[in-house]
Amino acid sequence: MYAQMIKSEATADDPDKLKAFQARIDAGEKIEPKDWMPEGYRKTLIRQIGQHAHSEIVGQLPEGNWITRAPTLERKAILLAKVQDEAGHGLYLYCAAETLGVSRDEMTRMLLDGRMKYSSIFNYPTLTWADMGAVGWLVDGAAIMNQVPLQRTSYGPYARAMIRICKEESFHQRQGFDIMMKMANGTPAQRRMAQDALNRFWYPSLMMFGPSDKDSVHSTQSMRWRIKINTNDELRQKFVDQTVPQAEYLGLTVPDETLAWNEEKGGYDFAEPDWAEFYGVLKGNGPCNTDRIAARQKAWDDGTWVRDGLMAHAAKRKAAKAAAQ
Amino acid sequence: MSDPLFEFLLRQGDNTLILGHRISEWCGIAPAVEEDIALANTALDLIGQTQMWLGLAAEVEGAGRSADDLAFHRDVWDFRNLLLVEQPNGDFGHTIMRQFLFDAFQVPHLTALHNASDDRIAGIAAKSLKEAQYHLERSRETVIALGDGTEESNRRMQAALDRLWPYAGEMFLRDGVDDAMHESGIAADPASLRATWDDTVQTTLGEAMLTIPDSDFAQQGGKSGKRHSEHLGHLLATMQFLPRSYPDARW
Ligand SMILES: [Fe+2]
Ligand SMILES: [Fe+2]
Ligand SMILES: [Fe+2]
Repeated sequence: MYAQMIKSEATADDPDKLKAFQARIDAGEKIEPKDWMPEGYRKTLIRQIGQHAHSEIVGQLPEGNWITRAPTLERKAILLAKVQDEAGHGLYLYCAAETLGVSRDEMTRMLLDGRMKYSSIFNYPTLTWADMGAVGWLVDGAAIMNQVPLQRTSYGPYARAMIRICKEESFHQRQGFDIMMKMANGTPAQRRMAQDALNRFWYPSLMMFGPSDKDSVHSTQSMRWRIKINTNDELRQKFVDQTVPQAEYLGLTVPDETLAWNEEKGGYDFAEPDWAEFYGVLKGNGPCNTDRIAARQKAWDDGTWVRDGLMAHAAKRKAAKAAAQ
Repeated sequence: MSDPLFEFLLRQGDNTLILGHRISEWCGIAPAVEEDIALANTALDLIGQTQMWLGLAAEVEGAGRSADDLAFHRDVWDFRNLLLVEQPNGDFGHTIMRQFLFDAFQVPHLTALHNASDDRIAGIAAKSLKEAQYHLERSRETVIALGDGTEESNRRMQAALDRLWPYAGEMFLRDGVDDAMHESGIAADPASLRATWDDTVQTTLGEAMLTIPDSDFAQQGGKSGKRHSEHLGHLLATMQFLPRSYPDARW
């Protein structure tokens, strides 16, 4: 049934229009909301931007887990500012997705009932303060790797959202690295926390680039449409090459015995993450999937009366204003 | 009594610290993304103000303690915040009502402080006042919107007001510390701020279709530190966990 749907969608689009559309993309033009676009392009973008927006929102939870336990006033302020940025990213991205004809409420419902996903990384728990360092350093670091090329993506509102977001993400990564430095150069207990955080977040961070190119289902068409600019493996390699020297600088050990510099390719050889675990987490069997969705569901349910109240008041105001005119 | 100036500064910094902490508990679970952002922003302002107030308190004390030492290494009886700000978040209505009742006090309080005879205090007050005015604008509008919104939102806002009302009066109680601050030209007599507060509260709650409880009973013991609520100890247990568990660590 699903396969049939895909097929009819693809054939529904007029071949001449498709050709002209592809020509615009190849010429580096931006596609804007009012422009004609193939249904598949629209759907793929909704999935990708929606998933990204949800990741920003769900991503508040593992860091929010430590805001109330931040060890200094300054660290608390920095973490609050970061999580506030992430909520802002979620908002820009929901707005970008809304230009494609899907509402934020609808996307939220799809997140809550499992039709839409968020990044698998947020299904891992944050257990010590060093995790706030590891998340900033590795998770925001990997997010930047993924997002910098998307500043040049073909869909205008998405590209513009990415430009704003990337500026803030690099600040997050620096803050995370700064926490790691303090931890790695701190007391034996802090050092131990730092190493443990790296051990737990290394492979989940590598998973953030998605499955290996040979197993990636959406890649070819997305690259033709410039919704995706680099392959998963290219970005993963870039991330490893950037991160390994930083770990060395911190005096921490990357939990990969096979890790070795390969002179010939000018990059590191490294072990792939456990893809069975990755698919398990996507299916809902990560350490925190249930907790994360339960937390978002509760926020949504508990917030219903507030959203309804605010809307009812706005409607009354509008009606009163209209009556006065 | 210890140095009244030190006590006074602790009161300022503890109010902003404890309220900022409470609001930060909302992270990631607010009713809408816009509220997540707004709450984080308020918490961030309050923590920033805390750094200034407790920083100055530590300096005035001159015992080699830092703002962080004061925040993370005092126990319940040494805290000097109002009982109002340590009350649990409850639902969003309680959180925003608590914020409104506090903001409506904080704006006239900081306005008076910003003419303080002590430049350091005047400076912190001036910077905090801009933020407090923005907080008041926002909490006031939200109280009105939710009070006026639906039957349910009105009922919840009324419940929040009824629950929190007994904690409002402590803001205007005057003691020896207040007298000393008033005499040295630093702060206004808190009782003198009541009329402005009443005015803001009455207009706002009127627009919000909410009924002000017919009682002037006021819980007290927060700003004097004599008797906090049970809630504060749990808040501190969370907030102070790391620096107390790892006293040798630098973060
Ligand atoms: Fe911000
Ligand atoms: Fe982000
Ligand atoms: Fe980030």
